[in-house]
Amino acid sequence: MKFLDEYRDPVAARRLLAEIRRAARRPWTLMEVCGGQTHSLLRHGIDVELAGVVDLIHGPGCPVCVSPLESIDFARELSLREGVLLASFGDMLRVPGSRGSLLEARAVGGRVKPVYSPMDAVDLARRNPDLQVVFFAVGFETTTPTTALAVRQAKALGLRNFSLLVAHVRVLPAMEALVESADCRVQGFLAAGHVCAVTGCKEYAPFVERYRLPVVVTGFEPVDLLQGILQCVRLLESGRPEVVNCYRRTARDAGNPTAQRLVGEVFEVCDRPWRGLGMIPRGGLKLRPEFQQFDAEVRFCGATVPAIEDHECHSGAVLAGRIKPKACPSFGTSCTPDRPLGAPMVSSEGACAAYYRYAGANHLSG
Amino acid sequence: MCLAIPGKVVRWIDSDPLLGVAEVEFGGVTRRCLMACVPEASEGDYVVVHAGVAIAIVDAEEAARVLAELASLPEKVEWLERDEEETQ
Ligand code: SF4
Repeated sequence: MKFLDEYRDPVAARRLLAEIRRAARRPWTLMEVCGGQTHSLLRHGIDVELAGVVDLIHGPGCPVCVSPLESIDFARELSLREGVLLASFGDMLRVPGSRGSLLEARAVGGRVKPVYSPMDAVDLARRNPDLQVVFFAVGFETTTPTTALAVRQAKALGLRNFSLLVAHVRVLPAMEALVESADCRVQGFLAAGHVCAVTGCKEYAPFVERYRLPVVVTGFEPVDLLQGILQCVRLLESGRPEVVNCYRRTARDAGNPTAQRLVGEVFEVCDRPWRGLGMIPRGGLKLRPEFQQFDAEVRFCGATVPAIEDHECHSGAVLAGRIKPKACPSFGTSCTPDRPLGAPMVSSEGACAAYYRYAGANHLSG
Repeated sequence: MCLAIPGKVVRWIDSDPLLGVAEVEFGGVTRRCLMACVPEASEGDYVVVHAGVAIAIVDAEEAARVLAELASLPEKVEWLERDEEETQ
């Protein structure tokens, strides 16, 4: 496919690897923020190719992994209520909550429906006037315009049986929280290209100014990733903490103003707990008061039972980049994609799942 | 979940600011996508689509420039040759 295949070219990738090795006069530690990038790096073996040159540590950019346990428990509870249908991105279904996953809820009679887009959930509400359809709205800035659009459509259609369980998160405040922590080893960031396609690259300027760490906006294909790494290494080698956009074909400096306006009309910034990382100030979005009729937490009474996190799961340390998945004692033994203890082993963007799938973990554990 | 893929706008179907829809082709497969975030997209443009919604227009000139930069990187590098020998 155009604008995809060119960036999977092995010859270009080899050239870039050579350039990175040449440019790096000492080892550097970079964090790729987005879980989609983690999977791409591991799938193409870029982490192994660059061992000893660039240490890639994996960031918290896995929406499924950071969605609060309380929200998962509440979603599960809603799915079991009479007359409620819980619609969710498929990835969310197998994530363990305190009292089981949404898939397990479905097995005991819960109404859970995987959807590809929030718009499909609006459609479900339209076609099922007798059911209350709740969409489990998780995701980063890439996804929020999509959810905002669904809310606007539901409002335009006058739907009274559609609402959202909002767990949307914002990536920049989480990066700030990581850098603020005492044991942060990150020397430069690869920022998530599709988040920047919406928000723009300019919002990283104050971050770079404040923390003196380079941020390179990076795409998802192997060649994109290698270009981002090369750029970041060059900035580090020359002592220039700057924002550089290496994903210019998709992400503009100003992002997508139309999408930003749409999101701003429907959502406002709020503090939000991130699973594994704790409360992140300004780390989330909630519905504006004008759209509160679409807030599932207002429509249905919220969960009162406290959520219980699994203590064997070290997802917090994994999501903060403090440990790599294989350092978790449960990795590949008591925690596998078939029987996950934590969300990072479930999600197609989770770091634990990436290592299990691409790094031969199953041999190590055997 | 931030997975988004580029596709070619084949035909606008409805240009409503909120419900605007176009047919977008991804490697031979055509899907209807919501266009509310890229109302300025023209037929023939490539858009990046996430969960059924186009979130950005691909800048073909920038893409060409980056590919040209790539092509100008040196082709033969010592370690690369050594590496290839090792894997043979
Ligand atoms: S391997 Fe499993 S238990 Fe360990 S951190 Fe990852 S998800 Fe949690």
